[in-house]
Amino acid sequence: MTPFKFLEIYGEKLLIAILVHLEYVFVSVGIGFIIALILGILLSRTPKISKIIIPVIGVFQTIPGLVFIGVLFMYLGMKPITVIIALSIYALFPILKNTYTGILSVDESVKEAARGCGMTNMQILFKVELPLAMSAIFSGLRMSTIYTVSWAVLAAMIGLGGLGEFIYRGIDTNNNVLIVGGALPAAVIAIILGLLIDCIQKKITPRGLKGGK
Amino acid sequence: MEMRFVWQHIYLVSVSCVFTTIFGLLLGIFAYISKPARSVILWLVDILQTIPVLALLGLIMIAFGATSTTVIIGIVLYSLLPIVRNTYIGLENIDPGIKEAAQGMGMTKLQRLFKVELPLSFPIVFTGIRIAIVTSIGTAVFGAVVGGGGLGSTINRAILIQDMPTLMQATLTLMAMAVFFDIVMGYIEKRLKTR
Amino acid sequence: MIVYENVSKKYNDVTVVDNLNLTINDGEFVVLIGPSGCGKTTTLKMINRLNKINEGNIYIDNQNILDVDAVELRRKIGYVIQQIGLFPNMTIEENISVVPRLLKWSKEKCKQRVHELLEMVNMPYEENAKKYPNELSGGQQQRIGVLRALAAEPPIILMDEPFGALDPITRDALQDEVKALHKKLHKTFIFVTHDMDEAVKLADRIVFMSKGKVLQAATPEEMLNKPEDPIIRNFMGKLSYSRYCNDLTCADVMKKRILTVLETKKTLESVELMKHKEIDSIIVVDHEDKFKGIVTIQNIREHGKAGETISRITESNVDTVSVSTNAKDAFDKLIETNVDYLVVLNPDKTAAGIITRTSMTKALASVVWGDAE
Repeated sequence: MTPFKFLEIYGEKLLIAILVHLEYVFVSVGIGFIIALILGILLSRTPKISKIIIPVIGVFQTIPGLVFIGVLFMYLGMKPITVIIALSIYALFPILKNTYTGILSVDESVKEAARGCGMTNMQILFKVELPLAMSAIFSGLRMSTIYTVSWAVLAAMIGLGGLGEFIYRGIDTNNNVLIVGGALPAAVIAIILGLLIDCIQKKITPRGLKGGK
Repeated sequence: MEMRFVWQHIYLVSVSCVFTTIFGLLLGIFAYISKPARSVILWLVDILQTIPVLALLGLIMIAFGATSTTVIIGIVLYSLLPIVRNTYIGLENIDPGIKEAAQGMGMTKLQRLFKVELPLSFPIVFTGIRIAIVTSIGTAVFGAVVGGGGLGSTINRAILIQDMPTLMQATLTLMAMAVFFDIVMGYIEKRLKTR
Repeated sequence: MIVYENVSKKYNDVTVVDNLNLTINDGEFVVLIGPSGCGKTTTLKMINRLNKINEGNIYIDNQNILDVDAVELRRKIGYVIQQIGLFPNMTIEENISVVPRLLKWSKEKCKQRVHELLEMVNMPYEENAKKYPNELSGGQQQRIGVLRALAAEPPIILMDEPFGALDPITRDALQDEVKALHKKLHKTFIFVTHDMDEAVKLADRIVFMSKGKVLQAATPEEMLNKPEDPIIRNFMGKLSYSRYCNDLTCADVMKKRILTVLETKKTLESVELMKHKEIDSIIVVDHEDKFKGIVTIQNIREHGKAGETISRITESNVDTVSVSTNAKDAFDKLIETNVDYLVVLNPDKTAAGIITRTSMTKALASVVWGDAE
């Protein structure tokens, strides 16, 4: 089957699948990012609690996304919200961890200078700590996004569309064309999103933070 | 939960990790030696990890069918990045003074690599292997979809028949496996680094 | 004026600052010095409340600093630290104008101020303002660190070992600049260091601390001359030479092998002698070896007649010092009168030796660096 023929038959379906897939990714990463950022900042203020929580999060991260979706599916049923919640939780971990370590790794002397200049805690956070942790936060965001593109494939497992539908159906029916038709766009989406985030990161990183410290 | 799947899972992970380590080391060394190859290799392994696992497995399945070979190749490709990168960084970051001293003693390029540079960068390479193993335990779960077996099969079936206890059991086993390997290898890593 | 009133500070039962009382006047350059762990940095950081005060009070211009909001307080106090601590995400301009911007100065005013400050340390605005800290050398970074502290014109500047991490040449240059800034701006500087050279160079007053207490607070000269505690003397090491200098007399620094001639000597003979010894003046004594004066070749040439004795043309009105005269006074005299040498007389008016610039330098060198001879 030529690619044109494939598009002729599946074109519309594929487009919808890509859009659904992207929707899952953007919504979940968006929710995960906001929650992770807030939690990461809070954790960086409470080192005693973080010492316990951060390793626990590390352990949670080893739970396969499949299980998350599976469990939520049992409780919430076959709804898009199931996928969104599962993916959001999953997207949360890398960003949370990187925000936390990013803030903590800000040089003590810079923080002291900021305090000495008369910055309030909020000003130190927004003018110094977050900008300096930005590259760590971004690499967390990149990781999350790429993972989420990957895990969103699982949505098809509970019949909720996305590019996974093509892959699953292809595998089940031994239809290679369907597998490629789903896998290729998924791979391309992941790569493009990764590059896009790299690009944004490069754009917003001030010259002073490039090329090491 | 059948123990058979646990063993299968461990089998998938260990076989792939042997291959990942071998290929990862080779690619890392190659990236270190050859400047033109460097950017291509580092870019490729990075891209490989960007591709969704299921998509990757699906593509490999076209060539190798629904077998454990497909799963193993998938895991190897997927976990190359940490080993390749750490090997390269480890070799690159060796004190230039030591490299020069080795050169001054009349060692050939290969002798330097095997007698000095690789042993010195081993702790960092080991960190890469550790990360690779822990990720492959998770990646192997997808193996079930393309007929590779392992705990993924247990989980898949448990979800389909809504068997919560089995699902939990399988999940906890997986977590325990990941945490166990992480802790043991973390311990070895610490010993290596303080040496 | 900054007043410490019975200030104490403890870290888990260890007393770091112990019942400290200290007054720092407006416009004064005070250097806190002492061995590590003496509490000098803690003392400094209590002023901008980066370190909490456990007991006692600190007043700035009669206002208890605990009554002021810590953030407000810090904006009115410049602060420079050893690790420099420039914000790597901000340009030089943004770094310098951090406090003015916190104080909501207008954009033009901030820019003008940055301009002015960069000018002050000879770093042109056009070249430097848009750079990032990692594009500057360590010395330049710390210059910016100092400018950042000065930006909002705070009346007080705190400096915590600001030049400790710099190389000696850069450190020296920055010390000069800071000293010049202090002279120009008339602000109160409080400066922590463990380097006595630096303290002596910069301070109006050195406060020497040990174990959380002030051992001595005095001008650099006073401290060098009269260290009140063995710890201080020890700490000053080679710098304490001037203490021994005070005990030095002319006898210690004079040249003892001198050439004298009897006043009955003939002029031509004396000229021959001087030529032979390659000197242009000579000490004249009488038969009892008592000092009569000096005679120079020039004197003989201008006024002398052949065959005559030198007694008539001997210059008797010359500067002399006694062997027991303090070496420093002799030194001052030597510099002031601009003569080649001073004649040193014994109590019985016989000539004991001369002090030349060379002999003085040699004597000082031997005290400072140990006996060279």
